[in-house]
Amino acid sequence: MAKADLIVRRAKMDGKDVDVFVSRGKIVEVKKSVRSLDPGDAIVEEAFGLTLMASMTDVHVHLREPGYEYKEDVESGLRAAAWGGFSNIMCMANTKPVNDCDSVTELMLEKARKYWPKGPRLFPIGALTKGLSGKELAPMAELARAGCAAFSNDGVPVKSSKIFRLAVEYASDWDRVVIDHCEDPYLGVAAGVNEGEVSSRLGLPAQPDIAEALQVGRDILLAEYLDLPIHLAHISCKKSVDLIRFAKQRGVKITAETTPHYLTMTEDILEAEGTQYDTNAKVNPPLRTEADRLCMIEALNDGTIDCLATDHAPHALHEKETEFDVAPCGITGLDTALSVTWQLVRDGVLTREAFTRAWTTAPTAIFKLPVNTFKPGDPADFFLFDEDEQWTVSATTLYSKGKNTPLLGSTLKGRVKTHFIAGKKIV
Amino acid sequence: MKWLHKDLLDVSQLSRSEVMAIFETAGRFQELQERPVKKVPTLKGRSVILFFAEPSTRTKTSFDVAGKRLSADTFSLSKSSSSLTKGESLKDTALTLQAMAPDAIVIRHWCSGAARFLADRLDCSVINAGDGRHAHPTQALLDSFTLHQEWGDLAGKTVLILGDIAHSRVARSNVILLNKLGAKVRLCGPRTLLPPAVRTWPVEVYSDLNEAVRNVDAVMCLRLQLERQKDGLLPDLREYARTYGLGQKHVDLANQDVKIMHPGPMNRGVEISSDLADAAGSLVLDQVSSGVVIRMALLFLYMTRKGEE
Ligand SMILES: [Zn+2]
Repeated sequence: MAKADLIVRRAKMDGKDVDVFVSRGKIVEVKKSVRSLDPGDAIVEEAFGLTLMASMTDVHVHLREPGYEYKEDVESGLRAAAWGGFSNIMCMANTKPVNDCDSVTELMLEKARKYWPKGPRLFPIGALTKGLSGKELAPMAELARAGCAAFSNDGVPVKSSKIFRLAVEYASDWDRVVIDHCEDPYLGVAAGVNEGEVSSRLGLPAQPDIAEALQVGRDILLAEYLDLPIHLAHISCKKSVDLIRFAKQRGVKITAETTPHYLTMTEDILEAEGTQYDTNAKVNPPLRTEADRLCMIEALNDGTIDCLATDHAPHALHEKETEFDVAPCGITGLDTALSVTWQLVRDGVLTREAFTRAWTTAPTAIFKLPVNTFKPGDPADFFLFDEDEQWTVSATTLYSKGKNTPLLGSTLKGRVKTHFIAGKKIV
Repeated sequence: MKWLHKDLLDVSQLSRSEVMAIFETAGRFQELQERPVKKVPTLKGRSVILFFAEPSTRTKTSFDVAGKRLSADTFSLSKSSSSLTKGESLKDTALTLQAMAPDAIVIRHWCSGAARFLADRLDCSVINAGDGRHAHPTQALLDSFTLHQEWGDLAGKTVLILGDIAHSRVARSNVILLNKLGAKVRLCGPRTLLPPAVRTWPVEVYSDLNEAVRNVDAVMCLRLQLERQKDGLLPDLREYARTYGLGQKHVDLANQDVKIMHPGPMNRGVEISSDLADAAGSLVLDQVSSGVVIRMALLFLYMTRKGEE
């Protein structure tokens, strides 16, 4: 066995006190903590009974650089990821310019290396079509060579089923999965409100859940026909889940993600006293109904929805402090995702297994990213978590530049205290 | 009566007895309308800003007249005269308005929720004169007041609201207020112009005007935005007029003495036949004069609310 160069002492894992032995960035072993131990030359990190957790992977974030650095940049986004418990981050292509050529990808990776050389690891997602126009395929081979881990037109769904089909086929030549933002472009204005009782009373133009489900249906049929994988981004409603469950029973290569906000919030927030017309709750797809929310939790527990992602969408304060119709869609999420979803586990709503699968093994399997399962040889990506620390979500406690979350002012439980990636301490 | 609300954002905020207090106050101001000198010094030295980010001559003039009859100083800020056209945000507009230290701001805006946005940020009273498709409380109050003048109690009466319900703040506020006052509400319009969740509203929904109008006591026509046809929500204006335009044959199916209302401005021959608009049962001009006294009552109640009466 390799000699440990890092030992984390007395961490709590599944109710037991453990010591973690790491060598050259990889897990050597995790074993029951012993009273005294000769560390040799190894660095010793005293965990003081904090909870040991595998680092998480977020396959859907918007880092805004280049072009919108005032909302977020690679440095601040990775800082939020580091403190949020994420070792792997996949960032979307809707920057300015769009990430549709290798120089944009390289710029993102260069920034990541410069500011966060030890991680979190950044995996850019290339555009599916040039300029996200939906008309011509982006140079996916070039983008893949430059380091893009997947392709997506997120933010601007591809209208043409033909172009989308060609994109899925072309991406498969480079062994990359296409991520679709499912939204029928005609039925679904990016209104940020679910079409239904609440939108009817508030008098807001709205998006029906079938705008998402129609496109989910299209993608399932395409994936089955082509026998190629398609990953469905930020699924928000029961109608989509029903289709995905049906597709999986047929063995279609469909995978899907949902976000913490669809598990914990509903459209009712927009009508409640004090948060009426709260633009921080304006997100696309919109927050749906309570029935949808419960369905999303069930689908995550039973694996119909494979993984969680934040859809971290930071915006500047002045952009959100405006009329509802005018405000951009999006919720900042990297900072709060862990506390919010761990609370669901604590409450017995989300199973521990689903939590681990959704944040670690499933997303890394879909996109072939490094993952730590605490088996020998796994990358030593983990963090020490104070499950009981309470913190109030505010402009100063969020590491992201984006303060746009309906959770502002609320108190959450659980904070990352130390984070190691490949055995190196990053925060 | 001590008025406790700072803002008027929608009629849902008001209790039935508060609505009655508004009607009673408006009734007192109505006598004033008949005097040769129609002005009282009640709000002398107070200022009201009329902030109309969306054009509306009618509502704005009505508030202006109401303010002036109470001797308040009224100042207009319209979309073209304000810096809104220069891309100023509503937040900055709000701060600018605040710095002018008015006693009340009347706001009309094209976005649902805009009145609340201002109310949350300003110390003075904010009166919603129409926000997007959301609410138009003063219109609903003047509509019900007009019917109240005709009938006394609205309880047990049936009112039909006809036309483009989906995009109408007038309809939304009226549905809430008429229900609060005990009237039965029917809605009629093509499915494309009904709100998606209309089935959950406290109303009866019709698509056939001949059925909808049967035995009603009043019909409120809504203004049709002619661009709805371009939005694809209507095949054709002629067909709309023939199917949903209110005509004499519909009035014949309603209760005797049926009252006809329209918030204006009317597209004669589209929502309503021209003859009907001028017929005996038409309350269109009564609505206009009710508008002034209702707004006087509201300015009075909101601007003297700190027990200063
Ligand atoms: Zn998206």
